[in-house]
Amino acid sequence: MRHIISLLMENEAGALSRVAGLFSARGYNIESLSVAPTEDATLSRMTIVTSGSDDVIEQIIKQLNKLIEVVTVMDLSEGEHIERELMLVKVRAVGEMREEMARIAGIFHGRIIDVSDKTYTIELTDTVSGLDSFLQAIDRSLILETVRTGASGIGRGDRVLKL
Amino acid sequence: MELTGAEIAIRCLQEEGVEYVFGYPGGAVLFIYDALFNQDKIKHILVRHEQAAVHAADGYARSTDRVGVALVTSGPGVTNAVTGIATAYMDSIPLVIISGQVPTRAIGEDAFQEVDAVGITRPCVKHNFLVKDVKEIANTIKKAFYLARSGRPGPVLVDIPKDVSNQKTEFHYPATVSVRSYHPAQHGEVGLVKQAAQLLLGARRPMVYAGGGVVLSDASKQLTELVRLLGFPCTNTLMGLGGYPATDKQSLGMPGMHGTLEANMAMQHCDVLLAVGARFDDRVIGNVEHFNREKRNIIHIDIDPSSISKRVKVDVPIVGDVAHVLGDLLAVLHGSKQKPEPQALAAWWAQIEEWRGKRCLGYKNSDEIIKPQFVIEKLYEVTRGDAFITSDVGQHQMWTAQYYKFDQPRRWINSGGLGTMGFGMPAAMGVQMAHPDATVACVTGEGSIQMNIQELSTCKQFRLPLKIVLLNNRYLGMVRQWQEFFHGNRYSESYMEALPDFVKLAEAYGHVGMRIDKPSDVEPALKEAFARKHDLVFMDFRTDQTENVFPMVPGGKGLSEVILAEEL
Ligand SMILES: Cc1cc2nc3c(=O)[nH]c(=O)nc-3n(C[C@H](O)[C@H](O)[C@H](O)COP(=O)(O)OP(=O)(O)OC[C@H]3O[C@@H](n4cnc5c(N)ncnc54)[C@H](O)[C@@H]3O)c2cc1C
Ligand SMILES: Cc1ncc(C[n+]2csc(CCOP(=O)(O)OP(=O)(O)O)c2C)c(N)n1
Ligand SMILES: [Mg+2]
Repeated sequence: MRHIISLLMENEAGALSRVAGLFSARGYNIESLSVAPTEDATLSRMTIVTSGSDDVIEQIIKQLNKLIEVVTVMDLSEGEHIERELMLVKVRAVGEMREEMARIAGIFHGRIIDVSDKTYTIELTDTVSGLDSFLQAIDRSLILETVRTGASGIGRGDRVLKL
Repeated sequence: MELTGAEIAIRCLQEEGVEYVFGYPGGAVLFIYDALFNQDKIKHILVRHEQAAVHAADGYARSTDRVGVALVTSGPGVTNAVTGIATAYMDSIPLVIISGQVPTRAIGEDAFQEVDAVGITRPCVKHNFLVKDVKEIANTIKKAFYLARSGRPGPVLVDIPKDVSNQKTEFHYPATVSVRSYHPAQHGEVGLVKQAAQLLLGARRPMVYAGGGVVLSDASKQLTELVRLLGFPCTNTLMGLGGYPATDKQSLGMPGMHGTLEANMAMQHCDVLLAVGARFDDRVIGNVEHFNREKRNIIHIDIDPSSISKRVKVDVPIVGDVAHVLGDLLAVLHGSKQKPEPQALAAWWAQIEEWRGKRCLGYKNSDEIIKPQFVIEKLYEVTRGDAFITSDVGQHQMWTAQYYKFDQPRRWINSGGLGTMGFGMPAAMGVQMAHPDATVACVTGEGSIQMNIQELSTCKQFRLPLKIVLLNNRYLGMVRQWQEFFHGNRYSESYMEALPDFVKLAEAYGHVGMRIDKPSDVEPALKEAFARKHDLVFMDFRTDQTENVFPMVPGGKGLSEVILAEEL
């Protein structure tokens, strides 16, 4: 099953490679991983999307907790949560496709943030599957480039991951 | 007064009460060696290979409850140390390894003798540090010792660039240290401890499965009290030998691949299994599906949550330190009026005695050819079971585990998790340093001993009177055994050709060598060797080349699918 795991870790050189190394060394799946410092500059927050049986997920959480630099870990999928991912897509947009592309982007609440004679760059923020649907909605041959950040997640309501 | 980083590092070790540093110098650690030179509290043991430095520190740690310390230079110094570090990691041994690094400004430039020490050791340390600021050295070393010895112990590496070791700052050694992301548990959850007690008291076919965690936690007293109080059978893993006295009648010996029939059958058929500081290793449980076929309740005490329900689902998971948890469990049991049901227990013991009656460790002795088991039995007698025994890896290791009866913890020193050939002699050096007056023997094979044979020179320099018991079968015996059983007798590259004359070799290093060919000479030779209190004696026992280790649960098989000697 797909799980989205959030964690706080010391904002130190090498901490990221410990997490990445753990996943590769133990053969765990990693669908996406995103990380950046938090409002507390000593901490980074990481969101990992992974999949595995309940036993594997239990081990992943325990192994993450075991890393000395990991301060706290939460399996967001255990409760209500929100997930968002940012995607930048550069598409070919010429002739009548310029209109059409802008229209589809609008349906998905995308914004065109860069324009050239032949291209648009569209910014979209959505769930992982929302972004996938956008890519399915447009003609594949028009996609020049995509960049995705990987999912970020946060608990709903009072569910807070803090020190 | 300001001190250099190197002086600070050494002062930190002094503050930690370190007696010995096992190491090897080189460019990146020259300032640290200079600081060592200018003091006399810490003794430096110059090994002949960095792998041996780490194994020696490891043997020191295993035979005491202290942290072992090794010091190596950058680049090849670190890479040579990696096998030692991984060995300690797999068996949860507390070590602090200080490594030199190229100067900060040169890091990343493929500088001379540069290797990413933190990167290369990351998967085989509990934690590691690169110290980039001289002001951080004291705090980092304090943390390193704290992490190494607390919780589930393990090796911690501190990498110090050369320039940092020469910069100056005020020295202040922090009295305490805390790491906000690290809080190892001590006491188990009260409710779970009570639940465990209930299960144990209600058991009809109980079994205690005790591992290295009992030794690491110095909890043999509590374990012994518990097992005796309840009258239960107890098995000790390869790492846990000595955690419960092997000569006691409630001891069933070792479980697992080369464990006893009675231990394995009791593991398989018990209805309540109390696992204490043991990690359900594949060499112990064998085939997990086969193990799970039998329904039983499992109580698991371990300080590392990730050891629990990793391979086998458990019913009562207790995260905590063995000594503390067993103490609490004993208190509950003492406070309870209930006792295990005597009839059920008697019936269970009758069944166990039937298994034990098969005498699975019996072997046919010979007048002509030395049987390896016989050497170990005699070793046990001659040392009155009171020696520190280290071993290398292979058949000789298994025979030692089976035939030397360890009644005390920290007496049996071997590499279980990584299975590192070459571990035995350097580890014995560390043991002998820690216990200068004790009898220390290393049981080894002609393959293993050659992996760190150069340490005979270190033994000479530091007058370490080790007794080397070489079970020389002219084969990589354990490999040969697998080839015999599973690869149609095709002995691919397992014959050891061109062996040295070990007697002359020992003599060349300034030691005493003995060669023993006849069974009748075994005991006299051992007696003579162990009487030489001040000499290292290298005993080359020419043993039966075809002997195999029994019982054996082949890889992938279940615990009751065992091959016994008599069946072949
Ligand atoms: C050739 C060869 C053959 C082998 N055959 C066998 C065999 O037949 N039988 C056998 O038993 N082994 C055998 N082994 C060894 C095997 O590979 C494992 O190393 C061993 O079984 C593991 O022992 P353990 O479960 O006691 O765990 P250890 O590796 O000793 O781990 C200790 C456990 O205790 C926990 N712990 C540590 N400190 C504490 C504390 N203070 N409080 C609570 N918990 C703590 C740790 O978290 C860990 O889970 C063999 C090895 C070799 C090389
Ligand atoms: C460094 C290392 N390389 C290879 C192995 C694989 N291996 C395990 S046992 C063994 C044979 C050991 O031979 P020897 O030391 O003569 O002991 P014996 O089995 O004959 O008693 C080998 C090669 C190992 N454990 N460690
Ligand atoms: Mg051999």
